[in-house]
Amino acid sequence: MTLNEFMDVLAEQFEDTEREAFTPQTRFKELDDWSSLTALSVIAMADEECGVSINSDVVNNAQTVEDLYNLIFA
Amino acid sequence: MAHQIIRNVATVGITTCVPSAIEENISQPFFKEGEAEKVIASTGIERRRIAPPNVTASDLCFKAAEKLLEEIGWAREDIDGLIFVSQSQDYLMPATSCILQHRLGLPVSCCTFDISYGCSGWVYGMSVASSMLAAGTMKKVLLLVGDTPSKFKSRKDKTAWPLFGDAGTATALEYQQGAPEMFFSLFVDGSKFDSIIIRDGGCRHPFSTSSLEEKEIEEGVVRRPLDSVMNGMNVFSFGLKRAPEVVNDVLALSQHQVDDPDYYIFHQANMFMNEKIRKKLGIPAEKVPYSMKDYGNTSCATIPLTINTTFGTADMLRGKTVVGTAFGVGLSWGSVLLTLDNLKHLSLIEYNEESI
Repeated sequence: MTLNEFMDVLAEQFEDTEREAFTPQTRFKELDDWSSLTALSVIAMADEECGVSINSDVVNNAQTVEDLYNLIFA
Repeated sequence: MAHQIIRNVATVGITTCVPSAIEENISQPFFKEGEAEKVIASTGIERRRIAPPNVTASDLCFKAAEKLLEEIGWAREDIDGLIFVSQSQDYLMPATSCILQHRLGLPVSCCTFDISYGCSGWVYGMSVASSMLAAGTMKKVLLLVGDTPSKFKSRKDKTAWPLFGDAGTATALEYQQGAPEMFFSLFVDGSKFDSIIIRDGGCRHPFSTSSLEEKEIEEGVVRRPLDSVMNGMNVFSFGLKRAPEVVNDVLALSQHQVDDPDYYIFHQANMFMNEKIRKKLGIPAEKVPYSMKDYGNTSCATIPLTINTTFGTADMLRGKTVVGTAFGVGLSWGSVLLTLDNLKHLSLIEYNEESI
């Protein structure tokens, strides 16, 4: 999965933020519609779309979209 | 590998007893405007039953057992074993099962013990109870599985309090030659033991005055070291991976396809997580009943509770093949596949203090 494809599926986990708002440098946990539920959606997305089981450390340690991508596919 | 195929053991009845007091999630004081609606929408949990301060998990299980014994007509002197599965035992010692042996009027020739398990407890308890019976020398075992999470969750923790409810259950198993085989698949991963934990009050961190000190973790989340704490993200990730795996494992063990069982009863964690698990397995919604809307997550009691809230009488479930799957504290997880040909009784009752 390319970083661009990853941003497509990541954007779907956010209720209000549009796809256009996501860049590799976006600090996704600072978006207004980030919540504990979005965090669970990101974990489910990693499982379903990327086939990777991640724990809370990945979400806690990733600051930018690119961080998250790199940690999931590490 | 913890695979078991148990022969000649039948499940004859299941009764659940819930407290009568209902607590509505919509009116919890820690929720800000609009927050309760969001939490209810994602968790699927609208209300829960909460036991009064003087009522324990063993009281709820006792009441369920009394009702079940009356309905299935077992003579108490014929009962050979009693197992109590809970994370909310009456005392640090003795084992609560000893107290229940006497309260239920079971003979001293009965063996009893406690199993300290939460979410996965009914599956583990069924495995132990049926193993005891399979040898054929013990004929009747009572499995009492119940918890009162309300007694170890902080009422000031908006991330935990709205999810959990109290319930006690009783399951009757007996030796019956020719009963359909029961299949078990059990797992544990202690590396994640602190994903759901009560830190203080045991021997590792004995109770002290600091056990009572409240700490604000974030807005709306206040806990003491005596309260249960959960890493929600890790538990979610764990359930999403392990629950489908163990279902597939028990299906392979029993040589069934995913479409074969009539029902799949899962531990009731929350709707968001449970639906992800169901969809991952590709099981149609009508085969997966839920009880969490009205009862929340009742820890080890969720599977028998869901059976009792879904099926009003034994006729509705007799002859059906059911997969029960649970996952959580430990972390531990497991599946059982049962064909309930010999089911005689199912019932759901409310705890009523006067009748004790």
